[in-house]
Amino acid sequence: MELLRCRGLRKEFAGQVVLDQLDLTVSEHQVVALIGASGSGKSTLLRCVNLLEELDDGTIELDGEDISDPRVDPDRVRRRIGMVFQAYNLFPHLSVLENVTLAPRRVHRRARAEAEAQARELLDRVGLGARADAYPDRLSGGQQQRVAIVRALANSPRLMLLDEVTSALDPELVGEVLAMIRDLKADGMTMVLATHEMSFAREVADQVCFLDQGRVVESGPPEQVLGEPTQPRTRQFLHRIIEAGRL
Amino acid sequence: MTLLDHVPSEAQRRRSAYRHRQTVHSVVVAACSTAALGTLLVVAVTGAPGWDRVRQSFLDPEIARDALPAVLSGLWLNVRLLVCCAVGALLLGLVIAVLRTLRGPVFFPVRALAAGYTYTFRGLPLIIVLYLLTLGVPGLRLQGMPPVLVLGGAALVLTYGGYLAEVFRAGIESVHPSQLAAARSLGLTYRQTMRHVVLPQAVRRVAPPLLNDVVALQKDVGLVSLAGPIDAVRAAQIATAQSFNYTPYVVAGVLFVLLAIPLIAVTDWVTLRAARRQSGG
Repeated sequence: MELLRCRGLRKEFAGQVVLDQLDLTVSEHQVVALIGASGSGKSTLLRCVNLLEELDDGTIELDGEDISDPRVDPDRVRRRIGMVFQAYNLFPHLSVLENVTLAPRRVHRRARAEAEAQARELLDRVGLGARADAYPDRLSGGQQQRVAIVRALANSPRLMLLDEVTSALDPELVGEVLAMIRDLKADGMTMVLATHEMSFAREVADQVCFLDQGRVVESGPPEQVLGEPTQPRTRQFLHRIIEAGRL
Repeated sequence: MTLLDHVPSEAQRRRSAYRHRQTVHSVVVAACSTAALGTLLVVAVTGAPGWDRVRQSFLDPEIARDALPAVLSGLWLNVRLLVCCAVGALLLGLVIAVLRTLRGPVFFPVRALAAGYTYTFRGLPLIIVLYLLTLGVPGLRLQGMPPVLVLGGAALVLTYGGYLAEVFRAGIESVHPSQLAAARSLGLTYRQTMRHVVLPQAVRRVAPPLLNDVVALQKDVGLVSLAGPIDAVRAAQIATAQSFNYTPYVVAGVLFVLLAIPLIAVTDWVTLRAARRQSGG
């Protein structure tokens, strides 16, 4: 079943075209990895899907509903989508537990005890139960990013958008975040992730899309896109990645 | 354990001894220069040709004792007015600042009114606002007119609310857009995002300048005496007129400083804490 369908997306910033006639379809339980150089439109695509940016053209359908229709309430749409950012974006004035329970309590109007019990269970599952009352600045980058993922999961989203979630992390902390995403896939979560971790994309993604200048240049199973790319620009990009020692 | 067992090396002991000598040296130098400057000031002031007359008319202990009760009871009015006006101005400032951030065409008049308010009352001298409210408004002879003290307090709240609104707005704008994106991505509405994510961070950040404005308000509270109520400054003025001696003003001045010290200390403490939290993050 198709969960997300983007058609002909266009987005400009100050006269520069960032997304250009972009098409993307994501089925339920599927993991799609977006790869491409900085500025290729990966983050903008994710932000558009979460309605954090206004489209300049095209349509986005979530569960068959046109969410790019301006009459749609964006808050209602975002409740069904979890988003995780490169810089974690935890709320620094709230404890870990308060970060995780904010949306369940304020958006879904759950009782405090119920929301906290659910949050503690989620935190326990990722090994952060002991840090529930700590403030974000006392946590390592990896721990902060795991809290950010838990915070998004507490909304029980249909779809998770992960925007280069390991790019700000020290190398030895990347593993713990990737392990968590692996678990999410095992649970059947539908995900779209922008990433620079090619080996991780190869391992976890069902489909890899190579973006260049706001278009999907090549997409398919990871072995094909990352192993035997047909497009010259994909080859060029992967070649640079290999030279940088990231594959 | 290892910390206690550690025997410092010869080089470290020499460094420690040197640092200790430096500290002693600094303290001695500071004490000497303070003493020298203090002596110089005392000699310059008491040696001035008019010192005896100034001491008689500004620093008469007997007159100070006589004026103290009246000035103190005036100061009590200042304190009560300060508390009410500070709370009122902070609330008004916060409301105006939030109104100025509202988006959407429906709120255009609200935004325009809020912006017009901050422009007007930051530009208008407090004394003119005071006169307009305490002398002009009662002139309307409306039913149920509040007493002059309340009208004077309203003038202070209106004027300081304009300044505090801008401080709050600066705080709101200092919260990084990524915090808004995170809150909105969780499905929080604009109002919930303001209430739970933006305002708590904004208020913490601008607490020191807000308190600084409250310290300034404390002094301006005395201006309501222009409209009649007897505050500390007015009480001192009355006492001065009775004794032909300016000592009561000095008494009032000392009391104002004593009143300000705790507030300034709190401001410094909050500033220090904010700075430490930012560097600790």
